[in-house]
Amino acid sequence: MGQIQLKQVTKSFGNTQVIPPLDLTIHDGEFTVFVGPSGCGKSTLLRLIAGLEDITTGHIEIDGQDATGVVPAKRGLAMVFQSYALYPHMSVRKNIAFPLKMAKLEQAEIDKKVEGAASVLNLTDYLDRRPGQLSGGQRQRVAIGRAIVREPAAFLFDEPLSNLDAALRVGMRLEISELHKRLETTMIYVTHDQVEAMTMADKIVVLHAGVIEQVGTPLELYRTPRNTFVAGFIGSPKMNLITGEEAAKHNAHTIGVRPEHIDVVESGGTWQGTVGVAEHLGSDTFFHIHNTGLADTLTVRAIGDVSLKHGDTIHLTPRAQEIHRFDDAGLRIAQ
Amino acid sequence: MARNVTTQRKILTTAAAWTIGLIIFFPIYWTILTSFKTEAQAINDPPLFFAFNWTLENYAVVQERSDYMKFLWNSVIIAGGSTILGIFIAIPAAWSMAFVPSTRTKDILLWMLSTKMLPAVGVLYPISLIFVEFNLLDTRGGLMIVLMLINLPIIVWMLYTYFKEIPGEILEAARMDGATLKEELLYVLTPMAVPGIASTLLLNFILAWNEAFWTLNLTAANAAPLTAFIASYSSPEGLFFAKLSAASTMAIAPILILGWFSQKQLVRGLTFGAVK
Repeated sequence: MGQIQLKQVTKSFGNTQVIPPLDLTIHDGEFTVFVGPSGCGKSTLLRLIAGLEDITTGHIEIDGQDATGVVPAKRGLAMVFQSYALYPHMSVRKNIAFPLKMAKLEQAEIDKKVEGAASVLNLTDYLDRRPGQLSGGQRQRVAIGRAIVREPAAFLFDEPLSNLDAALRVGMRLEISELHKRLETTMIYVTHDQVEAMTMADKIVVLHAGVIEQVGTPLELYRTPRNTFVAGFIGSPKMNLITGEEAAKHNAHTIGVRPEHIDVVESGGTWQGTVGVAEHLGSDTFFHIHNTGLADTLTVRAIGDVSLKHGDTIHLTPRAQEIHRFDDAGLRIAQ
Repeated sequence: MARNVTTQRKILTTAAAWTIGLIIFFPIYWTILTSFKTEAQAINDPPLFFAFNWTLENYAVVQERSDYMKFLWNSVIIAGGSTILGIFIAIPAAWSMAFVPSTRTKDILLWMLSTKMLPAVGVLYPISLIFVEFNLLDTRGGLMIVLMLINLPIIVWMLYTYFKEIPGEILEAARMDGATLKEELLYVLTPMAVPGIASTLLLNFILAWNEAFWTLNLTAANAAPLTAFIASYSSPEGLFFAKLSAASTMAIAPILILGWFSQKQLVRGLTFGAVK
């Protein structure tokens, strides 16, 4: 079991309130991702759940039990830190065994569980090494190993992949997703990378200045962003947000069109502009377009390799059914 | 770009370093040398460097006249005891200041350090009175407490700087892993800070060993350590230079040997945090 409920939780540091009253329910077995720009309070929120920070007001319940004043050790949660936070003076074996030793388990049982976790995470050959002798990816696995041996009610991940290089990050992302499928334990994962959020989450919580902007599945957020913040944050490259006359034509204060929902046409087209930078990825081409009269830069994604270059005039047609409309408060207007 | 260092410059700086080193070492060298002279040779003008009759007589006299082993034993107990006592108080104190600082932590640290700027003689009277009141005069226990208190700011400061180098996330990981505060200090923080704790212990032991003001003022016969042993040979009358030197040599020898063997540890400890 691992249902976590936050009820009217707030957090202040001194006179600065970083989390205004917040309600959130994370269901048992769910993979929830907290995503947002740096300083949005996502890590603070995770640390409040972990118990590493005290909440200022409100309640936290874990499996229906009030855990508000409970120390981290007694919450039954396991955490994987950004810096891995392995114990540098202990071997991999002792690192993974540490929570079991603290739980005063029998040595034979500890050995069995450590061996089990090590084989799942391909760490068997490294059990007697120190963390300093391991690569970044291996250290991350040890940190995960240390978390899974405890069989916690929920796993908390605090930007666990941000210290890894890009290739390794993709690999570890898959490993964590597979781990979740196999263990079916609640996981809360904090990241500023919306690609990680989109690919891993059952449920995404978008945070901005301590406030939940939207909660939903990755595709819900992609298809129906509740406001301009979510619209601009979810999706890569970012959604184009256009105000002014063009928006007024759609009876909105702001309209949003994703780069993949604008077609490049030979001639005519609804909009025209000049190509600034063209990024050729082979499978796609990203055009950054100026002089459209709509926004400083318009980003467009064309499928395949389109041979337009810097300074060329480009003709564009947005797909009418994919245009998102927002009012002057930045909130979505129903279609 | 690396700086160009010419051979000439290297020779100059090496020579300068050796000169300063020898000047600093000279008094110790001279004391040791004098301890092997007769009293007459010790005050000879011009000073004698090598051409004298080497003798162990002073050591024999000193040992005969006073019980070196008793003073040595007192020094070991007082310096060792105050160090161990200090470390037990300083580890939790430094932990709390490094990992759960309050808005006043910096002030407390500075205030603690400021007590080191106070001339010791300024509190001689009150401390003496306290010692008389609690029957602590001339006891090893009393001296242990005073030396511990005197060096505590330095121990806490040193440990604080070592602890600051330890990432807080590792201690948080221990907390998440179910460690109590005691287990966190015992299994995670202390083993990680061993180099820092070791050099703090060493430095504090040396400071306590060499401390003369309090040891001379608060002891008589029973608890007197080696500093008192040296002082007993410093007399305004008579020829005592060679014997004083012999006593000094005997008093500093143990700490000199300890320092020699642990110099790597000490240097590492004193420069900890300066270079990552």
